[in-house]
Order: sequence, then structure tokens, then C-alpha cells
Amino acid sequence: MSGFTGRQAPRKGENYELSVDLNSEYRDKRKDAIKRVIASMTVGKDVSGLFPDVLKNMQTEDLEQKKLVYLYLMNYAKTQPELVILAVNTFVKDAEDPNPLVRALAIRTMGCLRAEKIIDYLCDPLQKCLRDDDPYVRKTAALCVAKLYDLKPELVMDNGFLEQLKDMVSDPNPMVVANTIAALSDIHFASVAAGTDEALFTIDSSTLQKLLIALNECSEWGRVAILNALARYEAVDERESEHICERVVPQFQHANGSVVLAAIKAIMIHMRGVSGEQFRRTLVRKMAPPLVTLLSSPPEVQWVALRNINLLLQKEPGVLSNEMRVFFCKYNDPLYVKVEKLDIMVRLANEHNIDPLLSELKEYASEVDVDFVRKSVKAIGQAAIKIEEGAERCVNVLLDLIATRVSYVVQEAVVVMKDIFRKYPSQYEGIIPTLCANLDELDEPEAKASLIWIIGEYANKIDNADELLGIFVDTFMEESYPVQLQTLTSVVKLFLRKPETSQGLVQKVLNTATKDCDSPDVRDRAYIYWRLLSTDPGAAKAVILAHRPPISIPRTNVSPALLEELVSEMSTLASVYHKPAGTFIGQGRIGADSMQKREDASDDQFSAQKAFQTVAAGQQAENLLDFDDVPSDQPSGLAATQISTRIPAAANLIAGTSSNPLDDLVSIFGNLGAEQPIPNPASPPNIFGSPPAMQPQQQQNAFSGLGLGGAASPPQITSPPPQQAQKEEDLLGLF
Amino acid sequence: MASLIAILDLKGKPLIQRSYRDDVPATYVERFLPLCLEMEEEGQQLTPCFSNQGINYMHIRHSNLYLLAMSKRNTNAAEVIIFLHRLVQVLVEYFKELEEESIRDNFVIIYELMDEMMDFGYPQTTESKILQEYITQESYKLEVQVRPPIAVTNAVSWRSEGIRYRKNEVFLDVIESVNLLVNANGNVVRSEILGAVKMKCYLSGMPELRLGLNDKVMFESTGRTSRGKAIEMEDVKFHQCVRLSRFENDRTISFIPPDGEFELMSYRLSTPVKPLIWVEAAVEYHKGSRVEYMVKCKAQFKRRSTANNVEIFVPVPDDADSPKFRASTGSVQYAPDKSAFVWKIKQLAGSREFLMRAHFGLPSVRGEQEVDKRAPIMVKFEIPYFTVSGIQVRYLKIVEKSGYQALPWVRYITQNGDDYSLRTAAEKGSAPIVPM
Repeated sequence: MSGFTGRQAPRKGENYELSVDLNSEYRDKRKDAIKRVIASMTVGKDVSGLFPDVLKNMQTEDLEQKKLVYLYLMNYAKTQPELVILAVNTFVKDAEDPNPLVRALAIRTMGCLRAEKIIDYLCDPLQKCLRDDDPYVRKTAALCVAKLYDLKPELVMDNGFLEQLKDMVSDPNPMVVANTIAALSDIHFASVAAGTDEALFTIDSSTLQKLLIALNECSEWGRVAILNALARYEAVDERESEHICERVVPQFQHANGSVVLAAIKAIMIHMRGVSGEQFRRTLVRKMAPPLVTLLSSPPEVQWVALRNINLLLQKEPGVLSNEMRVFFCKYNDPLYVKVEKLDIMVRLANEHNIDPLLSELKEYASEVDVDFVRKSVKAIGQAAIKIEEGAERCVNVLLDLIATRVSYVVQEAVVVMKDIFRKYPSQYEGIIPTLCANLDELDEPEAKASLIWIIGEYANKIDNADELLGIFVDTFMEESYPVQLQTLTSVVKLFLRKPETSQGLVQKVLNTATKDCDSPDVRDRAYIYWRLLSTDPGAAKAVILAHRPPISIPRTNVSPALLEELVSEMSTLASVYHKPAGTFIGQGRIGADSMQKREDASDDQFSAQKAFQTVAAGQQAENLLDFDDVPSDQPSGLAATQISTRIPAAANLIAGTSSNPLDDLVSIFGNLGAEQPIPNPASPPNIFGSPPAMQPQQQQNAFSGLGLGGAASPPQITSPPPQQAQKEEDLLGLF
Repeated sequence: MASLIAILDLKGKPLIQRSYRDDVPATYVERFLPLCLEMEEEGQQLTPCFSNQGINYMHIRHSNLYLLAMSKRNTNAAEVIIFLHRLVQVLVEYFKELEEESIRDNFVIIYELMDEMMDFGYPQTTESKILQEYITQESYKLEVQVRPPIAVTNAVSWRSEGIRYRKNEVFLDVIESVNLLVNANGNVVRSEILGAVKMKCYLSGMPELRLGLNDKVMFESTGRTSRGKAIEMEDVKFHQCVRLSRFENDRTISFIPPDGEFELMSYRLSTPVKPLIWVEAAVEYHKGSRVEYMVKCKAQFKRRSTANNVEIFVPVPDDADSPKFRASTGSVQYAPDKSAFVWKIKQLAGSREFLMRAHFGLPSVRGEQEVDKRAPIMVKFEIPYFTVSGIQVRYLKIVEKSGYQALPWVRYITQNGDDYSLRTAAEKGSAPIVPM
């Protein structure tokens, strides 16, 4: 029976029996009892009451039993802090056991106990184990220092463990070096996270040599640790950067995918310091085969690889340019893999491979999974917008798909067609009748709104546009808000183009929208149109039928600064989520502050900030092609991001409350105003006299130039950054 | 880096878990599956890694189990996911099968393995052969205590010293798996060859091995003209025993092998491959009554080779019934669980061609919304003594300081990969195959 009063188990039941057996005089019975205790622990039963009884069995020659007792201790040390102290003697004794396995086990377990009371007793044995003759013990002790730092950093500093670790980087055993590096990196990140400015582990050039030597000798996981440390090293000159790259490249041939990704990451970082174009190209070329091979891994690994490849392609678009076919989906791929592959296929699409891509996408569009089918149809649209030469073929495939009359395929195709019309205005008018023929089958708001937009846009070319729109006006009150808004706009467009036939219709829709509708957005928009139409039809025309810039697909879905950051974080969760670490890890301090710091240092200050906010608002690049014309759905954070790029006068005008369409209107007047240049002393003179279609980009550059005091990024005419498109979105939303 | 690793059953109940760091409470394990279900309900896509309230969940599936790792930091996802796969591999090698029951029966040893394979969230030793040397199922109670094998921390961490064999032999298996996708028009859309060189090594001491292949890059760099064909491997991956820097320098494959069975290297070629076994099906679909298939299978390799254990999976509608088959060779079975029928041909000689017909009944009434999933035809096969790529082992040099002679044996085999599929011709209106 246990001698500890007050903590005694009741005299019956399972725990009582266990306690009797744990105190049995027979060794076998005791060991069996320990196993049963662990079994109970595993299924989640509380066996903490048996602590003293289990503890008695700690001193044993039987290694398996010892491990079990240690395991028990790790689990319950926190609940029984005052009793853990009883285990200390055995631990300290075990740490001097002749068997290295026992020494390592003791030091490893002590580090895991995480009980305040025991930590102070850890330092002496740890000191010895760090100098142990056996590398197995040393490699365990090295990590134990990191454990200690996690619990009580001052103990590590006071006992000189950190210096000792730094000396161990020169250990003759590669495994010890690898664990030492892992421990030092862990300590470094913990101290950075805690906000200390002092860099606890900086890698100098003598360390570098040791790392490069250990890299070729240590185990696969050790290589990952070393490569990650190499990625943090700042090369002194170009020659050293080249040297590091040359030494890291052989790791591409490693069978372990995380070694390959860590090697690619290290090279991507050190390649920045290399100017030789030839050398860079060779490196990038060598990356492709190992990346493709990662696609033969298990699906979860493939997915992580695909997410990283996606980033890499944004940074180095040429890296897999001939490899699109390897991304074709396999029938049995899990959905998450297929979706990533789709995205990458579109990235790799060009005028030479559009045909096989389209026939593949068409195949996917006939699969069973509705989600995947929709994404495939969307991908066809993205390909059409990306590759002008292939747009017609894309449209033909879409027509084939519409002919299948499968409801969700048709709806998605209609949405996609709307984007194609926005990119290539007036080119594919011939297919409008086909689209209109499917009007009855549309039941999703987005598809309906898209078709209504198309009808409104081409009202003067569709003979029975009034009839078609009339259907939606009749059911106006039953429709969802996005459809209502779009109906409203399209009817007004129709009226402006063909006033003679649609006077009644416009009256009716304005009446219904202002009187019966319960959405303030719809009501407000109707009022604005009404007043515009009644006061100045000319102005109404200028606003509602204004020319809009065509949409385009951005080459990247994150800002350049964020892309650099994510590439430096390759193979981590940040690179998998495509979000900076600050947005998903708990420690808020790292998040905003360090982001802010980096921005200050960065050239692309404003774009980084914007991208960060965009990401934080959960905005994805896909939205570019969404027909999101509901201002009220837009998170206000996004609206806020626009402010920083405008001149103060415009900023005041839109005042961050763009959920109100009135403000949207004002902001558009602001834009229109800029087209007939408003007095703006600081804007560069080239803004005058440029063709209107180019206006928004130029305008933005002018403004960003203002915001940054002249440090503007070069004009990106071909690939406007996401926020640009976002603005277009807003413009479109109103019309 | 992982803070906690757990194995869960399909209901999300943890079977065993081990915490490596304190920052993620063990109770979060039970939130995993509800979160997955919630995401699926909201129409979000479930991915192997996701984040919720500052905790990152990284998981893989193995048969009826989830293996879950959790972390609070911006951790190395690739490393963690690959580690989980490695954990599965080790446990499978220990218990043959990894499932709920084998976990319950072996929890003690799994705890021991989890303790040894990861420390403070960093992966340590994951070589199952080395682990088996000091973590064993039989506990020798009063015998000498085991010690950590030197190999654990050695530069050669995969081989122990003092291995002795009476007869020194090495067996090399060169296995090529062909992945290929043929579209409905009969064109090859994608093809790749995944090759692997597997070794069974029964050698004494610490032998130094050098493997010579008909590698085009090496021939070119050494300036030799090859007799016969040289192959261009697009990407080569090696077991950690191979000295990568030497391969990078002069394409020499040199290594000290682990003992016993292991995969020395794998390679990939994306040269276009003609389908070795060609299958096409004409489908006549009579809605509401029956569906008929005519399947043609053709061996498109040389006459002197033979494909063994050919299995052709032809998909049929889920609700097909009363199957009738007639085949000019082999046997046919209906596999309703896979919604397919399987045509099995024990031996298919090169350049031969065979036909089979199948007839199924269909229910007369069908739900409106049902869409036919258009699964492709899948083929399984094995062709011994043959490689598609033409890879050849030119030599295997074995040097050990005791100077023994050892014999290498080489075997070649080509088989289907995990995705050898041919898309069926569109059902209606396609011209029926004319019988031979």
C-alpha cells in the first residue's frame, strides 16, 4: 500500500488493483502493472493517482521498464510537481550510467518533464552529458539545451550552455553537429519571438565551412537542419554565394523530399547574391527535374511540393516551362492535389501548349466532382484571358461544354464567358445567342448576374434585350441582391442605348428598386441612377457607359516583397499557405511588428503593406475573376488598403467607407476627374495626353510615386498588381 | 518541427499520442476531426495542412488511420509530412500491418519508437533497420542491456560493423514502372518511366561498392562512345548511403550499402513511351436497358517478351447488373465494389491481340441528377527481362579490405505504375470495333 496519505487511491476498482500490483514483490507482476497503467493512460484514463507507486519502480535494470516509468513521468510530472523531486536522484544516477542509452534516456526525459522543481537539478548532468564520450549522448544533450532554454532561458545563459553549444558545431560527429545546429536555431527563433534584439546564433564564415562539411555526412534530417541554417547565412561576397550554391546543388539528388526543398530554398536565397546570368540559369535548370520527381511522392507530400512550386513559378516563371504535362491530373489524385495542379497548369500555359491543355481541361469538365469541374471550367477562362492567341479555341471549348447542358457546367461557363467579354470586348458577340438560350437554366446568382451583365453590355446588339431583361425585372423581388444590382445596372444601360423601347422597363425597375426593395445598396444605386437620368442624361451616359480597362491575370498572386519573403520560407507552412507567418501563428508580436520592420527596409513599401492587408482580409487572387459586384460584401479592410496609394484629396473623398455605393460613385468621379487632369502639381507630366485605356495604371504610378517620395516601382502595364485589378473591380461594380 | 504527434482512428479518437513540446495542449488532438468536418460542411477544401486558432494541423492518411502532427510555429511542413510517412513505414516494418489493432497491441513499443524517432520535435533516427537493432519486441529481461548501435550516430548511420556472411552475394532488381495516360482519341497525353534499383545485399564487413550504368551523361563527360544505347535519366534520387558529391562531380555511384534489402536509387525519364499494352473499348449504351462492351487488348512489345498477370479494369456504371462475358483468352470477373469488370490474362505474349465482350443489364429507372463518372481503363502487368528505357547495369564493383569475391545478380522487370490509364472512347455513336 502506498505510504502517502491523502493521495491514496480508493480501496477498490482498477486503480486500487494496479496500485497493489505496482507494489508486488514479484518483478514480473510489477512490470505488467506498469504496462497496464500506461495502457490506461493511452486511452485517456486518469492514472495520476498512482504516481508514487509507479515512481518506486523507476530504479531498475530493465530498460523497457525504465522507459515506461519515464513515459509515465513525462505525462504526469506537471500534475504532481511536488512528487517529481523524488525522481531526481534516479535521474542524476542514470545520467552517469555506464550504458550510453540509459544516459541519453535520462537526459532526454529530464528535459521533457517541464517541472520547475526539477530544472535546477538538470544543469549538472547536462554539463557532463554535453562532454560525453559517446556521440549518441552528446546529440541528445545538445537538444536538451534547447529544451532548457524553452523553460528557463536564464539557466542556459548563466551556465554557459550556449557557448558550449557553439563549440559543439566543431564536433567530429556529423549527427551531433546537426542536432547542435537544430538546437541553436531553435534557441535563436525562441529569443527572436520573445522580442530580444540580441542575435543568439549568427553564422560566421568559419561556421559555414563546418556546416558545408557536415552537410555531406549527416543523416537526412540533419541535412534539413543544416540547409535551413545555411539559408540564414549572409554571404560576404558573390564568390561565397556561388560557393554555397555549388556545395548545396548535389542535395537535389537526395531521396528525401524535405532535403530537396530545403536545398532549393537555400539556393534561391543565395542566388540573390549571384550576378552571373549563366550561373543562375544553370541553377534554375537543375531545379526542374527534382521538382518534377516530387510529384511521384505520396499525395500529401505532393501537395506541399505543389504549393511551393506554385510560389517558385511566380518567382522564376521559366523553371518548369516545358513540363506542363507532368501536372496533368491523375484520375485517382485527391481533390486537393488536382486543384493545385490546375492552378499550376494555367501558370505554365502558353500559346504552344494551349491545345493539349484545353483538351485536358475539357476532359476534367466531364468528371464527377462538381467542385473540380467548376474549377476546370474556370481554368479554361483563365487560359483564354492569359493567352490571346488561344482565346478563340478556349471559347470553342466553352461552347462545347455549354452544349452538354449539365447545369453547373453551363453556369460556370457563363460566368467565365463574362470575363472573356471583359478581356476581349466585342470579339465574341456571335455566341451571345447561345448564352441567352440557356437563360432558363441558370439558377445561381453569379451565373445570372454574369449573363445579365453581358446582355446589358451588348444591349444594342441584342434585338430582344428588353424582353430578356424584362424577365428579370418581373421576378426582381425574388432575386438575390447581386442579381438585383446587376439587373438594375443593365436595364439602365439598355435604356441609355435604346431609350425608345425600354422607357417603361426602366421606370418599372427604378420604381420597384426604390420602393419595395429592402437592401439599402440596391435602393441607393437606384436613386443615384434615377437622379442622374433625370438631371443630366449626358453625365449619366459618361458614368454608366464609360469605357473600362480590360482585365488581365497577374503573374503573381502575392506582392513582390511578400513573394521574396515566402520564397525565403520555402517548405514551411507560410509557403504552403502562401501567407506570411504573422497571419497564422499565435504570437501576434511577430506578426505585425516584424512585418512593419521589414517594410521599412523594403523598396516596395506600399505594395508589401497592401498585400499584407489583402492577405489578412482573406482575399485570394481568384477573386480577380469573380464577378463580385456587391460592394457591401467587401471587407472594409480592403477599402482601407486603397487609401494609402491615393493622394490625400482622393483619400478624403472615399474615406474608407466604400460599402456605401454613394462613396463608390464619388471615388469614380475622383477617377474621372483625374482623367481630365485635376490640378495636381506633383503628378508627372506624362499623365496628360496618354490614351484613356492606360489611364488607371499611370495614375496609380503617379500616386505611388507621391506616396513614396519618388521611389515608385516601374510601370507594370502587362501585369498589374492585384490591388489594381481590385480597383477595376470596384469600378465595374458600380456600372 | 512538431509539438505533438498522434495517431487517430477514423472517428478522430486518438489511439496513441506523444507530446514533444509543451506549447500545444494534448486536448487539441480531439479537435482535429470536428474541424475537418466543419471545413467540409462549409464547402472549404480539406488540405493536408491547415491552421485554426493559432494551431497548425498537419496530417496524412494511412488505411483507416490519421497521423496528425501539430505545431504553433511556422514549422517545416515538408519535413513534418515526410516524417509522418516515415513513421508509417517504420511501424509497418515492425508490425507488418498498421491498423487500429496493431497499435493497441503494441503501444509500448510504439511509445519507445516515438521517443527514439523524434526529440523536441526534431526527427532523429528513422532507419527501421537500425532501430530494430536496439528497440525490439522481445524484452530480454535479465540479459545484457542493449546499447545504441554505433550506426545511429556514425557517418555511416545505415550499416553496423562486424557483419559476416559465408557466401557474399548481391542481388540487383531494376524495376521500371510506366505511368501513362491515353486520351479518348488514342493519343498518349502523358507518359513517364519511374525506375528503381533495388538491392539485396549479403556482404561481409564494410564493402565499398561502385555501380556502373549506361548513363548518357557519364559517357559524354568521360568522352567515351558507348557501345549500344545510353539512357538519359532526367532525375536521379539516391539512398542516403550514396556519396552525392561524387555523383555530382563525375556521375560515379559509389557507396557503402546497408545490410539486406533497400532501394539504392530511383530515376525518372519522361521520354515518350508507346503504350506497351494497348486497350480500347467500344461501348454501346442503351439507356434504361443494357450496356455492351467490346474490349480489344494488344501487346505492343517484341515477340520474345511476355507480360505476366495482366489485369485490365474496365469501368461500368455503378448500377449495372447481370454481367455476361465472353473472352478469346483469359478470364473475366465483375468487381461491383470497384464499379468495373476485370479481364485477367495470365500470360500475354508480345505482338498478340485479343478481344472480349461484356454485356450488362441496366435498371430502367434512374435518378435525374446522376452523372456517369468517366473513369479510365486501368491496366496492371509485369514484363520480366525487359526495361522500357533500355537501362543496363554495366558493372557492380565490390571492394572489401578482406578481399573476398562477391557475385552480383541482376534482374530486370517492367510493370505498370500507379497510373497506367486509357480513357474510354465516348460511349454513344462511337464505331464498334470490327471483330478480327
